[in-house]
Amino acid sequence: MVTNVTNFSRSGLYDWMAQRVSAVVLAAYFIFLLGFLLTHPGLGFAEWKALFSHSAMRIFSLLALAALIVHAWVGMWTITTDYLTPMAIGRWATGVRFLVQAACGVLQFVLFVWGVQILWGF
Amino acid sequence: MLLFALDKSLDSEEGFEQVKACLTSPLAKLVIWGLLSALLYHLVAGIRHLIMDLGIGETLEGGKLGSKIVIAISVVLIVLAGVWVW
Repeated sequence: MVTNVTNFSRSGLYDWMAQRVSAVVLAAYFIFLLGFLLTHPGLGFAEWKALFSHSAMRIFSLLALAALIVHAWVGMWTITTDYLTPMAIGRWATGVRFLVQAACGVLQFVLFVWGVQILWGF
Repeated sequence: MLLFALDKSLDSEEGFEQVKACLTSPLAKLVIWGLLSALLYHLVAGIRHLIMDLGIGETLEGGKLGSKIVIAISVVLIVLAGVWVW
């Protein structure tokens, strides 16, 4: 049986909702950014820096980064619990799965902190 | 990778130019196009899932039709992305 102690929250329903909400945030952010790039051909440094200087854009970017981490955690948890199972890789499945999930968690934290530093550090 | 590019592009004018120059190389374009294609497909399929969550297209036939639509839209978007990148 797959232990579900490492999922995002205490209930599957909450994870389900968190993934959908984060997906909508990410879709909005991606479409906005794509729209910005498409409507600013030959983008210069000044414009690009100006965009990210607005607090609203910094906050929106951080929101997207946080949503990405939630989305990625639920997504990766779904993938690892689907494929890293005793049936697939035998006795040590739980240990391997835990390490993979821990690695994902650490990577996400590092990227999040780096993201904050970028957004507020330039 | 993307954060690194963002960091450098916001850091200074030269950094921005470096990122721009780097993005002109064919390999970088291929990577960006690949990334964009995966994201576009994921986005379209994700939107379809949200629609299914609303109860639309959950039957066997509806599901099959939905996946064909997703593939069709994704192919179009991916080709457009390719044109835009190259």
